[in-house]
Amino acid sequence: MTARATPDRQVVIIGSGPAGLTAALYAARANLKPLLVEGLEAGGQLMLTTMVENWPGFRDGIMGPDLMTEMRAQAERFGTETLESTITQIDLQHRPFTLTLSDGRTITTEAVIIATGASARWLEIGSDRKLSGHGVSTCATCDGYFFKGKPIAVVGGGDSALEEAIYLTKFASTVTLVHRRDALRGSKIMQDKAFANPKITFVWDSEVTEVRDVARGEVTGIVVRNLKTGVLTEIPLDGLFIAIGHTPNTSLFQGQLELDANGYITTHDGTRTNIPGVFAAGDVQDHVYRQAVTAAGSGCMAAIDAERYLEGLPQHIESQDQSIQPPPTTTSAS
Amino acid sequence: MASDKVKTFTDGNFDEEIKNGVVLVDFWAEWCGPCRRLAPTVDALAGEFDGRITVAKLNVDENPSVPSRFMIRGIPTLLIFKDGQIAETLVGLASKEDISRLLEKHLS
Repeated sequence: MTARATPDRQVVIIGSGPAGLTAALYAARANLKPLLVEGLEAGGQLMLTTMVENWPGFRDGIMGPDLMTEMRAQAERFGTETLESTITQIDLQHRPFTLTLSDGRTITTEAVIIATGASARWLEIGSDRKLSGHGVSTCATCDGYFFKGKPIAVVGGGDSALEEAIYLTKFASTVTLVHRRDALRGSKIMQDKAFANPKITFVWDSEVTEVRDVARGEVTGIVVRNLKTGVLTEIPLDGLFIAIGHTPNTSLFQGQLELDANGYITTHDGTRTNIPGVFAAGDVQDHVYRQAVTAAGSGCMAAIDAERYLEGLPQHIESQDQSIQPPPTTTSAS
Repeated sequence: MASDKVKTFTDGNFDEEIKNGVVLVDFWAEWCGPCRRLAPTVDALAGEFDGRITVAKLNVDENPSVPSRFMIRGIPTLLIFKDGQIAETLVGLASKEDISRLLEKHLS
């Protein structure tokens, strides 16, 4: 009996945004025959954007979904196998690691690259979730269409909020931007665009405390509280778009991997996590830069780190030895 | 390519089509990225549940009246009807297994 079964894979990549697909591209080119499990929000956050103007190499910009289609095709061209599935369970305590897919199948692997990214944050005031799909949205490109000629609001003050607000002026009669502070966090270029747009008005120093009307099953308005004065104001509108940042998709790894206070995976010496053989790349471990290009960069690092890890495994050397030795026999005793 | 097992619903034929049995309707549009992600799942379900349920897509761009009647303000949205009555609403992306489970629930 051998000490351990041969794992199904050398490396499995979880997630299909820029980090996961770049990791797959590098791992495939290193002949690791990676398996990439796409996850539910396949393609990642760029699938929800329109024009990406800061991806190097495209002077006129490129549509987010088109960029992801290209990245995926490129990773597959070099031998990445992609699986339209999600992981429901993962065992990182035993080697090889075991991943359980949503259809119940399991996969064993020597190394894992986690690139599960981050998902849009909700206000978590109850009424926002209850009216999801009925006037509250976290995706302007998906749902802006439903608000032609109607007043809406965007919550948030970063680049994403500004981009959504500007995009939504194509449909909405007015866009009210509600922000907790008295100044925007977004980049200068986006701020200038937003301030110059006649359809956008600003409500400063305020937070949304309630979305109405849950009983009617549609959005009729929001209640905002001024954080400096405490005054509550109701703003009648038909839609609310939430753009207050993201939370890392790490619930699968809780209790197994070291996470920081906000739930991000902690990495050290590149993309290494606290478990040797488990690497993390992209927004799931980065709350600072959060760019497509930095995610792709860390995906590349994770693939290189994983390759070096696999090369250093004693099993790697053993298995090479075994391949030139005859199999253990039971015949000699007879 | 959409599966030929997936019907196309419109504002015109909707009420007639949902009258009987379990019906899964995918509300979508060309410009919706996540809708494109959900399409293969809906196609696969149409194959797996062939003969047991009706699976259909409704383009919200071309058919504004049905989405507004059901107060749909976000896509993708999946509605499951049972004998003409709305039984489930799924907003956003859902896994094939989760949708299957809901369909089985209403079939039993």
